[in-house]
Amino acid sequence: MSRHGSGEEPPEGRADRDPWLSVSARRPRRRRVVLAEARGRSRVMHIASELEEQTSVGEALVRNLVRAQMRAAMLSAAVALGLLLPLPLVFAFFPALGDISVLGIRLPWLVLGLAPFPLLYLVGRRYNRAVETHEKDFVNMVES
Amino acid sequence: MGQSAWALGGIVIVAMLTFYLGWYSSRKAITTPDFLVARRTVRANQNAAAISGEYLSAASFLSVAGLVLKDGADALWYPIGFTAGYLALLLFVAAPLRRSGAYTLPDFAEARLGSTALRRLSTGFVVIIGLMYLVPQFQGAGLTLNAVSSVPAWVGAVVVAAVVMVNVLGGGMRAITVVQAFQYWVKLFAIALPAFVLFAVFFTDQPAKARPLSAAAPPSFTHATEVTVRSPVRLRVAEPVRLSATGAVDGAPANGPVYWGRGLHDVDRGTTLRFPAGASAPVVDGNPPTNALWLHPEAGGARSLFATYSLIFATFLGTMGLPHVLVRFYTNPDGRAARRTTLHVLWLLALFYAFPTVLGALSRLYLPQLLVTGQTDAAVLLLPNTMLPNVVGRLLGAIVAAGAFAAFLSTSSGLVVSLAGVLSTDVLPGRVRDFRVATLIAGSAALLLAVPMTSIDISRSVSLAFAVAASTFCPLLVLGIWWRGLTAAGAAAGMVVGGGLAVAAAVVTSVSSLTGGWASPLLYEPALVSVPVAFLTMVAVSKATSRRLPPDVGRIVLRLHAPDRLGFVKDRDVARFGSPADGRAATDGRHRLLRDRSHR
Repeated sequence: MSRHGSGEEPPEGRADRDPWLSVSARRPRRRRVVLAEARGRSRVMHIASELEEQTSVGEALVRNLVRAQMRAAMLSAAVALGLLLPLPLVFAFFPALGDISVLGIRLPWLVLGLAPFPLLYLVGRRYNRAVETHEKDFVNMVES
Repeated sequence: MGQSAWALGGIVIVAMLTFYLGWYSSRKAITTPDFLVARRTVRANQNAAAISGEYLSAASFLSVAGLVLKDGADALWYPIGFTAGYLALLLFVAAPLRRSGAYTLPDFAEARLGSTALRRLSTGFVVIIGLMYLVPQFQGAGLTLNAVSSVPAWVGAVVVAAVVMVNVLGGGMRAITVVQAFQYWVKLFAIALPAFVLFAVFFTDQPAKARPLSAAAPPSFTHATEVTVRSPVRLRVAEPVRLSATGAVDGAPANGPVYWGRGLHDVDRGTTLRFPAGASAPVVDGNPPTNALWLHPEAGGARSLFATYSLIFATFLGTMGLPHVLVRFYTNPDGRAARRTTLHVLWLLALFYAFPTVLGALSRLYLPQLLVTGQTDAAVLLLPNTMLPNVVGRLLGAIVAAGAFAAFLSTSSGLVVSLAGVLSTDVLPGRVRDFRVATLIAGSAALLLAVPMTSIDISRSVSLAFAVAASTFCPLLVLGIWWRGLTAAGAAAGMVVGGGLAVAAAVVTSVSSLTGGWASPLLYEPALVSVPVAFLTMVAVSKATSRRLPPDVGRIVLRLHAPDRLGFVKDRDVARFGSPADGRAATDGRHRLLRDRSHR
């Protein structure tokens, strides 16, 4: 830690997260040479700083992103809960469902013991795809 | 004797392997110069195995099967909830939480709302939840050693608490990804293998098939069975049964044959009951007495519906508030990786939870005596040798005992480490010595609570811990991440009210279970009330104090939600310590972090 404790050079840890550096420039020593592609970068920095400075444009962009992400999360939660939450009530009001047997196993045991797990995974995977797309769109918009 | 030697052998092997892996990889980590590289190479699937390894506790390993044996279809909501908690974490918390750079829940509270008072309050709840979750682990430990070698339960709890504390103090059980990931595979193997073998045994067992679980009759004993009741129980008899008893039954001393008609019968502590083969088994009052009721979900009417929905609330929303879960997310390089890891955890947990259900249903056929004593948590441990009274059964029993041991070793080590970390930095001055003191405090406090509470089901106390987490940190995290209007005062009020309700319910039920069980069983499931109350209080008080919004809320929200590529993530450690030591902290356990803090 003493190597990086002070001085101009940002610590190595930042290099990885520093989005303004191209991949080839991630080796720390290379840092200052990358000015060659200054044009594209300055625009990214411009918008990024607009976000950081909380201008009205930046604010609106972030609010839009947060809203889109929230909608994706709510939608996924609604799908999962919409399928799971009615189950106890359904079984309570239609106990005859418990007498149906599929492949020697009672229906409620299949529905509660097996079905929810693929459901939870699939909902999670769909959500992940959706939000990663949102983030890609946001980055593209900021960088274009 | 034979069985206990085998099982103890399995337990010792798992403990040694764990200790060796921890020692080996922490030694390796010290000689590797670049900790950051090591950290980035922790792939999502290995990290997910580590998270699952730390998460699958005694409650998952022992108690889910026990509850299936006792409660039947309604108990299936426990594994669903334990898994769905990670979906909630994925949808609402995972990526923003990782981007906040917070290392603990109090860290997050302070970073988001800028209030040290709120930080202290969060610390208090982390300690409460941690202890509530730690106590059942020690209970499970006592139970396991008791079941395999018939030492008193408190001896097992003391031994395991000591092993965990020595391990944590010696650094042998650091939160190293590889150790926790190893524990996951140990647990999966230890539950899957017996499930497959015993299921095959069941299929070839003609007499067992003649007594199907779908019959309207109570479960019955396969052969003559002797049951000794360790704590007083009230049994419900659904079908008249003849047995012989030694001790006190229905308030009168008994020594010899007894006839029980339908209804309730009290059995006193230390009474031995002898059931002939084929006799039907009475069950502890409050559990479904016949197989038909056991097989049908929600057969208990409104009370069972309330309990189920409350359990759903607690487990779906409580997972994100468990102190040892959050810390592991820090080893993800960024928010996107945190999401992918969580998704992976979902299927690892789904894989695991298929097996306790099978074992629980088999126990109903082969271990009805556990229904008489109510100690159903031991089902998984006793089942192999009951179904296969030969060397294979003993081997499987040893594997199960070792897996159970891995379960509470990893979970309780993770809990002790995160508790000690929070205690030593937020309550004590935060030096390395304080971490050791805090470890001793956390471990012995949990032990003191665990010893008198051996009679409570593990899953009951665990679900109370989930309820407290769901009523405090869930609203804090969800509103803190998605709602700009949250204020420190609102967050504090919501946590105090919601957490207060849940903790009060936990205290009342614990006292009641020690003094005769007078409390309503509804108090075991407070979440359906306390979680909405916590959310509403948080929103209402925040609106009332909206003048005291943190000034930089826009910037914080940006940091939580901006895609990782834009680089707004500032790890709090980097901000604080200005060094890549955070990588070290993530791969090398929390001691490093503390050491860094002490240099501050």
